[in-house]
Amino acid sequence: MFYYLALAAILFAIGMFGVITRRNTIGILMSLELMFNAANINFVTFNKYVAAEALVGQMFALFIIVVAAAEAVVGLAIVLLIYRRWRGIGTDNISIMKW
Amino acid sequence: MMPDGGIVFWILSVVILVSGLMVVSLRNIFHCALFLIVCLFSVAGIFVLLNAEFLAAAQVLIYVGAVAILIIFAVMLTSNLASERIRMTSENAAVAFVACAFFAIGSVALLSKTTVWKYSTVALTTDNVSAIGKYLMTQFMLPFEVVSVLLLAALIGAIVIARKERP
Repeated sequence: MFYYLALAAILFAIGMFGVITRRNTIGILMSLELMFNAANINFVTFNKYVAAEALVGQMFALFIIVVAAAEAVVGLAIVLLIYRRWRGIGTDNISIMKW
Repeated sequence: MMPDGGIVFWILSVVILVSGLMVVSLRNIFHCALFLIVCLFSVAGIFVLLNAEFLAAAQVLIYVGAVAILIIFAVMLTSNLASERIRMTSENAAVAFVACAFFAIGSVALLSKTTVWKYSTVALTTDNVSAIGKYLMTQFMLPFEVVSVLLLAALIGAIVIARKERP
């Protein structure tokens, strides 16, 4: 069990690094997907080893996958809109909402 | 002590971590998307090792089949930047790397010392497709319906956001 949790923790750290350092909106979204996957690995691991009486962890991971798909759809639509507006999707362009 | 799955687990985790690092560090965003597909596939393999076959199938169908393709579409629609030489990472990458490495090492060290888990005595059901179907129709009925409304809202929202404004 430790190995699976350690894998998920390292994957989460990689995703976090991507979210912090990317200057590209699509890159940030991809790193977010990595973090979602790390969380899913954790849920399924705990489901198998700690709470095997019911499949609640797997159900939760399933809902996370669905919500992540919805998030990706809306996020990429926003990316397209930003691209159309500023001709670029770097995060430097999107400072208009900064005060 | 070997993890469940043995050598397969090691291969899958090396593939996951290397491709994950590629996703966050490569300059060409299109290559990043391709490595993301590799990473998601390997996570599906991890799910199979953890007796979650339905989840592995859903992962391949939804993530690899839909989300990754969507991301590749977005990369193609927005770029000239697949070839462009622009800086992809911000200037505080070193600080972020130190912080994230600290997080990873710290959490792994913490996990290796943690012994409070109460391991289950029963084994996980092997018939997880029918079990998940049963859960979706009984205990998780309300979340199931809510998530369908969420998908509809995301669909309409994406269309409204991304369509061209009327002349």
